[in-house]
Amino acid sequence: MTIPISYYLLLSGILFIIGVIGVLTRRNAIVIFMSIELMLNAVNLTFIAFSKHLNSLDGQIFVFFVMVVAAAEVAVGLALIVAIFRLRESVYVDEINIMKW
Amino acid sequence: MPTLFFVFAILAIASAVMMIAHRNPIYCALFLIVTLFALAGLFVLLNAPFIAAVHIIVYAGAIMVLFLFIIMLLNLKSDIAKERPGRWMQFLGILLAAILFVQLGFILQSRDANFLDESAALGTPVQVGDTHTIGQLLFTKYLFPFEAASVLLLSAIIGSVILAKRKVE
Repeated sequence: MTIPISYYLLLSGILFIIGVIGVLTRRNAIVIFMSIELMLNAVNLTFIAFSKHLNSLDGQIFVFFVMVVAAAEVAVGLALIVAIFRLRESVYVDEINIMKW
Repeated sequence: MPTLFFVFAILAIASAVMMIAHRNPIYCALFLIVTLFALAGLFVLLNAPFIAAVHIIVYAGAIMVLFLFIIMLLNLKSDIAKERPGRWMQFLGILLAAILFVQLGFILQSRDANFLDESAALGTPVQVGDTHTIGQLLFTKYLFPFEAASVLLLSAIIGSVILAKRKVE
């Protein structure tokens, strides 16, 4: 017996929603970044589930590229957090209002 | 196979919930690592052993070490007073996420979602994403995106060095 693809899609949706809740309710910028990583991984799960479902490897290649973009995003994002922490001594997003008019 | 799927799925969801619920950022990072390992197990179940290995190496090995390093470098303590969002904000966030989830459910339930029935043709050999096949695709059909990804990584390296090095006045 194999797992139907809808189970994987449901799991991926739940993980994505957990990531959305993390982004919307947490205030620590680093935890928000981790929630974004969780959302990217939920999408990766969808890609691989469809890759198996359609018997095609293109989805796995796309996961590879999503990983590349996620790594680049984390490097730049953490550098930004370090730079803002030097300026403001805080990583809580409601205290960082440099761009607020 | 089905038991393994449910074990990994429950592990992934439980540690993801713990990740967004825990106050201490270090524990959040550790729970995220558990989620990533569970997802790697699911990737193995889905005929993608190469992606699973790369996932563990890149995410659990590199990205999460970077996260933990930054958390410890900035010496973040779990600040309860600052971390607790207002009740109104928390309610609104969860409500918006629930609306998004319902929308996803509608897409899956809709009549246009017939891609779920269209299964792979029987008789064709099952494609397993091991190093050989992935590498062959990556260096023939997807050669240009592969090179573009390397340029992206290079620019990210340079950008993060410049951002983190300069003292902001």
